[in-house]
Amino acid sequence: MIQTLAFYIFASLVIASAVMVIMSRNPVHSVLWLIVAFFNAAGLMVLVGAEFIAMLLVIVYVGAVAVLFLFVVMMLDIDFAELRAGFVKNFPLGLAIALVLLAEMVMGLGAYKAGGMQLGTPDGTAAAAVGASNIKAIGALLYSKYLFLFESAGIILLVAMIGAIVLTHRQRGDTRGQVISRQVARRPEEATVNTQPEVGKGVQL
Amino acid sequence: MIGIEHYVVVSAILFVLGVLGIFLNRKNVIVILMAIELILLAVNINLVAFSAFLGDLTGQIFAMFVLTVAAGEAAIGLAILVIYFRGRGTIAVEDANRMKG
Repeated sequence: MIQTLAFYIFASLVIASAVMVIMSRNPVHSVLWLIVAFFNAAGLMVLVGAEFIAMLLVIVYVGAVAVLFLFVVMMLDIDFAELRAGFVKNFPLGLAIALVLLAEMVMGLGAYKAGGMQLGTPDGTAAAAVGASNIKAIGALLYSKYLFLFESAGIILLVAMIGAIVLTHRQRGDTRGQVISRQVARRPEEATVNTQPEVGKGVQL
Repeated sequence: MIGIEHYVVVSAILFVLGVLGIFLNRKNVIVILMAIELILLAVNINLVAFSAFLGDLTGQIFAMFVLTVAAGEAAIGLAILVIYFRGRGTIAVEDANRMKG
C-alpha cells in the first residue's frame, strides 16, 4: 500500500518537474526542476530495489551534471527572453510530434498487453545472487562479465574530460604564469645574501 | 507491488516530454541539453524497471553505461556551448552556421 502511494507520488512529481524543466522561463529554474526530477527518479528506482543506480543518479546527475549546467547558465551572460521568442510558434508542431510519439508508445504497450509480443526471458547468468545486496550483486557482475565494458566506460570519461579541457582552455597573453625552468635553475647562493648591518642603520639590498 | 506497465508509462511520458522540450526551446541550447538529459533519464528508468522485474541485473549495468555517456555528453556539450558563446556572444542555435554546413 505504502509502496503504491510512494510510486504515485514519485511518478507524478517526476513528470510535473519534467514539465517545469521544459516550460520554465528562466533556465536557472529549469536546472533546479531538473534536480527535482532526478531526485524523484532516484526514488522510483529505490522502489524497485535498484539502490545503487538510484544513488549513482543522485551523485552523478545532481552532484555533477546539474551543477555543471547551473554553472554554465549562471556564467554566460545570455538574453534568455530573446531565446524564447519562437516558443509559442513552435508549440503546435512540437505538441503534434510529441502526441504522435506518445501514441506510438501507447500502441506498443497495447500490443504487449494484448499478448502479441513476448518479453525476452533472462538466461539466469546475470541474476542477483540470493541474499546478496544490490550493490554487491552489481559489483560481482561488473568486475567479471562486464569488465571490459567498464574499462571502456572509463576511457569514454577520460576522453570527455580531456575534450572538455582542450575545448575550453585558452592561453591568455596578459597573465604572468609560472616559468618552471627559471624556478628550477635558481640556486640558494643567488637567492640569499648575508649582511652584517651596523647598529641603527638599515640594510641596503 | 506496482506492475511494470506503470514504470513503462512513466518513462514513456518522460521521454515524450523530453522530445517536446527540444521542439519548444529550439533556440536555447541549454534547455535542449536538459531535455536530452530527461530523455536519457526516461531510458534509465525503463532499463532499471525491466531489470528489476525480470530479475536480471544486466539492465542496471547498462543503465550505468547510459549514465556514463550522459555525463560525458553533458560535459562536451557544455564545453562546446562555452566556446561558441565566447566567439559569438549568443547561444541561439538557429543561426549556427560557422562551418557553413
